[in-house]
Amino acid sequence: QDNRISIWSVGDLGNAGLNNEYQGEPQLLCDIRHNGDVMDMQFLDQERIVVASSTGTVTVFRHHQNNQTLSANQRWEKAHYHVDQDTCSGGAACTGVICSNPEIVSVGEDGRINLFRADQKDAVRTIDNADSSTLHAVTFLRTTEILTVNSIGQLKIWDFRQQRNEPSQIFSLTGDRVPLHCVDRHPNQQHIVATGGQDGMLSIWDIRQGTIPVSLLNAHEAEMWEVHFHPSNPDHLFTCSEDGSLWHWDASADVSEKPSFLHQGGRSTTYFSHNAINQSVVSAWLSNDPTKDRMEITNLIPNQTLSVNSLDVLGPCLVYGTDAEAIYVNRQLFA
Amino acid sequence: FRDSMTALPSQVVPGADPSTRQLCFAWGPAEVLVCETLFGRRGGSSSRGEGELPPGAATRSADPVCCIADSRDGGSGSSHVFVVRKDQDVYIQTLRKLFNESHGIFIGLQRSEEELAGKSRKAQLVQVSKNYRSVIRACMEDMHQAAISTREPALQSQYSTQVSILSAMELIWNLCEILFVEAAAAGPLLLRLLDWVRLHVCDVDNMVREVLSSENPSKHELFWNVVDVFVLQGRMDEARHLLSKEASANPTSMNMYKILDDLMKKMPMPSLGNTQTLTEMELKWQHWHEECQRYLQDGTFASSSHMESICKILLGDEDAILEKKELMTTWYHFLVTRLLYSHPTVKPMELRFYAQACSRIIFIFSTSSMDLFLGGESSPEPLDTILMAAFEFEMHQVIKECSIALSNWWFVAHLTDLLDHCKLLQSHNLYFGSNMREFLLLEYASGLFSHHSLWQLGVDYFDHCPEYGRVYLELHIERIPLNTEQKALKVLRICEQRQMHEQVRSICKIMAMKALRNNRLGSALSWSIRAKDAAFATLISDRFLKDYCERGCFSDLDLIDNLGPSMLLSDRLTFLGKYREFHRLYGEKRFSEAARLLLMLMTAHIAPCSFWMTLLTDALPLLEQKEVIFSAEQTYELMRCLEDLTAGKSDKQKFQDDDVETMKVEMLRLALARNLARVIVKEGTLEGS
Repeated sequence: QDNRISIWSVGDLGNAGLNNEYQGEPQLLCDIRHNGDVMDMQFLDQERIVVASSTGTVTVFRHHQNNQTLSANQRWEKAHYHVDQDTCSGGAACTGVICSNPEIVSVGEDGRINLFRADQKDAVRTIDNADSSTLHAVTFLRTTEILTVNSIGQLKIWDFRQQRNEPSQIFSLTGDRVPLHCVDRHPNQQHIVATGGQDGMLSIWDIRQGTIPVSLLNAHEAEMWEVHFHPSNPDHLFTCSEDGSLWHWDASADVSEKPSFLHQGGRSTTYFSHNAINQSVVSAWLSNDPTKDRMEITNLIPNQTLSVNSLDVLGPCLVYGTDAEAIYVNRQLFA
Repeated sequence: FRDSMTALPSQVVPGADPSTRQLCFAWGPAEVLVCETLFGRRGGSSSRGEGELPPGAATRSADPVCCIADSRDGGSGSSHVFVVRKDQDVYIQTLRKLFNESHGIFIGLQRSEEELAGKSRKAQLVQVSKNYRSVIRACMEDMHQAAISTREPALQSQYSTQVSILSAMELIWNLCEILFVEAAAAGPLLLRLLDWVRLHVCDVDNMVREVLSSENPSKHELFWNVVDVFVLQGRMDEARHLLSKEASANPTSMNMYKILDDLMKKMPMPSLGNTQTLTEMELKWQHWHEECQRYLQDGTFASSSHMESICKILLGDEDAILEKKELMTTWYHFLVTRLLYSHPTVKPMELRFYAQACSRIIFIFSTSSMDLFLGGESSPEPLDTILMAAFEFEMHQVIKECSIALSNWWFVAHLTDLLDHCKLLQSHNLYFGSNMREFLLLEYASGLFSHHSLWQLGVDYFDHCPEYGRVYLELHIERIPLNTEQKALKVLRICEQRQMHEQVRSICKIMAMKALRNNRLGSALSWSIRAKDAAFATLISDRFLKDYCERGCFSDLDLIDNLGPSMLLSDRLTFLGKYREFHRLYGEKRFSEAARLLLMLMTAHIAPCSFWMTLLTDALPLLEQKEVIFSAEQTYELMRCLEDLTAGKSDKQKFQDDDVETMKVEMLRLALARNLARVIVKEGTLEGS
């Protein structure tokens, strides 16, 4: 197997063509070999990338921009393992990693949670057997608290300030304990959390109240691999799935309320009315009334074939990768 | 292509020494296992005993991929098992793009509308064919870049070989597109063939570029060669443009030039639109041909040998054309040129005769000097055979020859599928039932399954093989190595979508066992829930209960407390959940509820018999409470349970019971009796009902 971490350049961001012109193919800047499957990765800062491997290793790579190379900066071998750390075949896949410089949290198939600090050789904190099943994803709730989801349909909050190795709160789905695969927190309103399940269901949780989801939205036909709130337009949500589709959930307020000159083809106009609808954002995701705030849901992939495994969104750019070994970049998301 | 594709009748597996041991082999889904046996060589050899693979397998490039470690030592030395894999091409990094993109085109074709008839359907199929070709070209481009940029000579030669193979594939595909998919009629047929030649015979491009970019083209020594090239490829305008430069430089031949230019300008060409009928075109062409003839016979071009030869070419003179063989480099170029200048309105069915006429001169174009030296006809190269078969409209022959010559099934599988969609292949039933299209697709997809990640493409191919696709998929999908849970989930999703319940159960069991061995009870449970595997859920619950009995407390409370509806999957699991609930109620001091639950667990037979003793022991503290918890009814029930339990034991068991056991029973009996006494009194008094 020859797995690599690669960095690509997608051309000048400021050079957008006038009429959605084809910008030219992404250019490969540099790459480096990676041992095992890449299960998850995230930028730690401008130069460093944290990568989770199926061998149980968490690696920090540094991208040297002056000569366009990648090098392995730091590595935590056997961050995740089954039974015995010293046996050579004991590695368990590390399934998720999240960073908040300088802290890195990783979770894996061994049900373990690790808290690392960049540049520190050993883990700052390890919670062994945090979960009896596989932890699929992790995200930061506050600076000292994280959220994890596992394969028996539970959403757990862990507080690192507490010394005991127990979650501070456990939420679970009603009905069948369908495994949850991804989790993301609303960028501004920290009590709103979205999770995606194995049956393709999108759940929205309010962690201030109750232990069950606020709303369940029937979305995809197969596992939902990733869910992301748009970091600057959080009433937009993106989900991708094994069924090959990528959905854009637009919960911005009712279109008819806006003055007509702000309409652009009937889709989102959040750039202009961002402030005005901040108040209604609360109701948008937590509202149970489908008639009041209409949600526009669009499938961004015209000819779907194989699974969309991962996506990321920033500003007007959306990037996603599929099992057909292709990466797609959309630079005019809200056009 | 010519140099790399020498047909190998057999290939030796290195390391397998047939002179000392007899070898045996076994077929797998994508591989062959060859191993050495204990038996030494006897005198005389069986037909297949040379360590060679049977011919059927060896037409692919069969390289041993790995050598599994020896099974035993001592004796006559260690023995090895060889895994021989058929499809090495699957592992070539740069071809992955080809496989992925063509998969997308394939799916699009299968899903496309069948209702479109006639012209629009044909246009759609031609577009699909063009898409395939553009993918081949893109891949060629990448491979070419890789060849230039790599520094290892071995890799470089491999890449270059691949480039020439891909180029040949595109050549063949293009011809098939013209003749079969588009089925160009007389008239446009020639134009398409001219485009085809221009696109693919590019050995002369460098020369052309050199001459055109030089300061004074007409003085260049290769000037006339380039003019000839243009004429041979029917590029009249470019030829005339160049000639005009010569004319201006050489005013004495102005007269000749003018006539030649005029002839070239007036040459009738078939048109793509409906502006003229075939008969009109033939008439015009006849006139023009006669005019050229007259000029030649009058000796107009006598003073310039170059121009005279051009005029002869215009007249379709075979010898004159053959003289320029270095500029044409291939016999099919010669064929098309000859058609252009002798029979431009050639009909598709007439092509075969012209092609066959060329077969005797193929050897003239052979680059191997050895052939020329030998004088006679050498055996034609595979590419020539394939193209010849195409010109003769022998589709099956084309496919057969390509299968033999190429090292993997990609080309023939996709081409055959496309031709099948054009309804051109009769359902040519092979003796084991499926047709040729299906057979090729099955072989191609099986090859994909030997790859650790391209197998996902193979699934879709199997889906579109109506007869055997499902069976093949069932066999292959269980053999994909599942090293992460995510991969297992993908495989499971594929199985579930196709209602392959056996495979779902089997995969879930494998994953659950792995989890169990790693002590991940929650994961194991989650897998058994997915497969609705009650037996496994029972197994897991027994593990939990065992842990409890040994340690006195539950592990993984987060799991047991949150079982939810999945508790109902198995009785044992239900018991586990309810038992935990009992403990919780006890902890919350809700004693009467706890008591009720405990009793229910026994009387409703949810608890396994082996656990009754533990349950009764758990009842002890409840019996000893100051307040009476169990009612009379309940106490009678408990006593009955205890008696059932002890009565069930045989005398021998009672004898073996140690003191602890007997004491426990005694204590229970005492506690129960005392409780009964108290409760009778309580219930008997006025307040206590």
